[in-house]
Amino acid sequence: MSVTAHAHVDDHAHDDHGHHHKETFVTKYIFSQDHKMIAKQYFITGVLIMGFLGIAMSLLFRMQLAWPGESFAIFEAVLGKWAPEGVMDADIYLALVTIHGTLMVFFVLTQGLSGTFSNLLIPLQIGARDMASGFMNMLSFWMFFVSCVVMVASLFIEAGPAAAGWTIYPPLSALPMAQPGSGLGMTLWLVSMAIFIASSLLGSLNYVVTVINLRTKGMSMTRLPLTIWAFFVTAIIGIISFPVLLSAALLLIMDRSFGTSFFLSDIFIQGEVLHYQGGSPVLFEHLFWFLGHPEVYIVLLPALGITSEIMSTNARKPIFGYRAMIASILAIAFLSTIVWGHHMFISGMNPFLGSVFTFTTLLIAIPSAVKAFNYITTLWKGNLQLNPAMLFSIGLVSTFITGGLTGIILGDSTLDINVHDTYFVVAHFHLVMGISALYGMFAGVYHWFPKMFEGKMMNKNLGYVHFWVTAICAYGVFFPMHFVGMAGVPRRYYQNTAFPMFDELTDVQVLMTVFALIAGLAQLVFVYNFISSVFYGKVGPQNPWKSNTLEWTTGTKHIHGNWEGAIPEVHRWAYDYSKVDENGEYIIPGQDFVPQTVPLQKDEEELQH
Amino acid sequence: MESTVTTGTATENVWGGGNKPLGASYGKMMMWFFIVSDALTFSGFLAAYGFSRFKFIETWPIADEVFTHVPFFHGNYPMIYVAFMTFILIMSSVTMVLAVDAGHKMKQNAVIWYMFLTIIGGAIFVGSQAWEWATFIKGDFGAVETKGGRILQFIDAETGERAALSDFAKIIPSERANHERKNGVWFYDEGYRPTFSMNEVTEGFLANPNILIRTEAIHQEGEKEGEKTLLTREESLEKIKDGKLVVEGANLVRNEYGSRLFADFFFFITGFHGFHVFSGVVINIIIFFNVILGTYERRGHYEMVEKVGLYWHFVDLVWVFVFTFFYLV
Repeated sequence: MSVTAHAHVDDHAHDDHGHHHKETFVTKYIFSQDHKMIAKQYFITGVLIMGFLGIAMSLLFRMQLAWPGESFAIFEAVLGKWAPEGVMDADIYLALVTIHGTLMVFFVLTQGLSGTFSNLLIPLQIGARDMASGFMNMLSFWMFFVSCVVMVASLFIEAGPAAAGWTIYPPLSALPMAQPGSGLGMTLWLVSMAIFIASSLLGSLNYVVTVINLRTKGMSMTRLPLTIWAFFVTAIIGIISFPVLLSAALLLIMDRSFGTSFFLSDIFIQGEVLHYQGGSPVLFEHLFWFLGHPEVYIVLLPALGITSEIMSTNARKPIFGYRAMIASILAIAFLSTIVWGHHMFISGMNPFLGSVFTFTTLLIAIPSAVKAFNYITTLWKGNLQLNPAMLFSIGLVSTFITGGLTGIILGDSTLDINVHDTYFVVAHFHLVMGISALYGMFAGVYHWFPKMFEGKMMNKNLGYVHFWVTAICAYGVFFPMHFVGMAGVPRRYYQNTAFPMFDELTDVQVLMTVFALIAGLAQLVFVYNFISSVFYGKVGPQNPWKSNTLEWTTGTKHIHGNWEGAIPEVHRWAYDYSKVDENGEYIIPGQDFVPQTVPLQKDEEELQH
Repeated sequence: MESTVTTGTATENVWGGGNKPLGASYGKMMMWFFIVSDALTFSGFLAAYGFSRFKFIETWPIADEVFTHVPFFHGNYPMIYVAFMTFILIMSSVTMVLAVDAGHKMKQNAVIWYMFLTIIGGAIFVGSQAWEWATFIKGDFGAVETKGGRILQFIDAETGERAALSDFAKIIPSERANHERKNGVWFYDEGYRPTFSMNEVTEGFLANPNILIRTEAIHQEGEKEGEKTLLTREESLEKIKDGKLVVEGANLVRNEYGSRLFADFFFFITGFHGFHVFSGVVINIIIFFNVILGTYERRGHYEMVEKVGLYWHFVDLVWVFVFTFFYLV
């Protein structure tokens, strides 16, 4: 091994000064191996484009829910033959719900969020010149791009895209005659997801080994910013849970295309018995939710990591309970793999097993509460800098608590049975993982925009507009949804006009849709702000938020290798904000923060964090 | 990008940064994490297999009665050939260890030879797997499927041995119109047909009083615990009326051994594993040529051999589990 080590040092010694390779347009902007460029590619593809599609779809089906069966010119314009005379067809409604879920959960909040911020921040915050393998990083992005293309292409095929819900339960998803979307649309969905899983694996491998091997001198695991801890653990859960989704997808492909009976049994269609025998759809649910539940935390943990960092910086206080935060991330990651059964309480699973899953599920409330209280105590008596990033971080804490509380209800099998598959569930998971994760992502974009685009800052006032409109509208959509759910309105139904008992909820449905439409418009403000700032944003100072972490020690100009000259060495943790000596003076006079690169001063004690 | 040149100094600490805390290069760790991930894919399959098998625990085919063939030999040799395959695969892991060890000592020729033996071992395994599949698909005795989708097998009452359909089925000559593409505007190939029709099997069965039917059901207790249920002649005569079609060999839809899921999982899991072995052999061949060309000699280390070695051992380990769950228990 020593031979290896020397060889590597020799290989890369030139990196320290030789960043003047001739770069063509293709190697710089398209097949780039620079983590900063790959992060931007992920953001534009995963968040801006796929996110736009995902949110736009939700607005379309929200309109159908508020005004069932009514004709809209916009439906005819974007849905074409699936909206004859402007009335949305039931099949396309299901397809929109399905693809909305798929895009938001996987493409936007898994690869879009992790891909952007893990790539951008891991090397910068641990003090590395790039990811461990730039080539695999590039490969990961381009596989993601291909899976996006396949998924988007499935929108344009004749029978329409997959429509069995983002959970693609068989037999609905397995039999082409079950619904139009279960033909080619579902095949493309599965192909796209198989490529997506490979892309996610390549990305995660890189994140994990980079954090283990490439931390700069002095950057011990207990000095890492919490962002890195979150990305690190997220990548590990991804490595553990996505392959099981691959198992389920491959078995489903066999059932669909090759006649096996893994998930199918005793099916009659139009009086004819199909040959499938012996399989079990519950098996699919087990395999799917073994991924599906950790997936929730794959979505959420990066957002929690981002907010920990932003909140500490903008409260000008050390993060409260740094080690408790790490422990709770680890505890959540571990527990996330043993709770999947709470999605299956009414699947016919053994009730005793249900009680076990209830127990493990309720355990997750402990680390989650630790995190929530740590956020609040970090804010407590802080010198709060209420910039857009901070507002979104505080917004995350709010939605995380609101959504988390309903999680306790849904995690309990006896309570869950009453609201299972109603809008109560939809409200719960949109708040706790959808909106929370989006807030974390927005917070990250406002905070690290200067790092992505060479020191340019986003417009603060547009940021405020974006936050307040989004925050009010998000609650406007999802708060009433709880009551709709408790009234018993089932999710995924095209329209509820056949049920007189839901008639009086129509006004609430309209209210939610109006809020959703306004929230959708508010995101356009963000997109405008983002794009105009990329080109015309004012260049701010090198360390605009007066932050301690390493990424702000790099120059504003991007170079492949991040630091001119040697990589900085780290002497303290990332959260020495407002630290004072025994005389009550700041450690560095006139400055309420001590960057990680500053050595311990004379007589200064390292905080026992 | 593994540059670790830093300013100043810090006290040495394993997880303190600026070093490789696990003493492994990033490439080797990536291989380890990839293996973790791939292991979970296989776990998904094996868990699904366990789930399904447990559901049909009272009727699951008995592996000892299915995998009884050895190439070039006639007779009943349960598990002999698969044991041989397993042995070859494990030996190829041993030669892989020796190749890695020779790599550490920078002995190019030894690496070449051990890699070569590993490749041969892998090729023999993949070839054997193909033969195993062919035998499984071809089947040996043939069976009858009932209206309810259950499999009925036949036993010769005198010997107590399995009776093949060809031993007792009665050939009933019948006229079949033979269409060809050239004399029709719309033509389908008729596809696979069993050697005997259901009618021929039933007639032959009625004419042979010493043929009995064996059902899928396994005795759960008593003297015959663990054996399939053998019907009496009277019960058999009653049972044959349920027969719907003749099944010979195995495919993804039906098989003569019993539960459909048995063949489904057999094809899928051994196929997925076989695909891993196949890709392992291909990767080994690439590395083999790199060793011959002296790539690693110039690079100063044989770490690539070590990395593919990790993969190879993993594939081997997975087989141990597949072998255990499919053949042994």
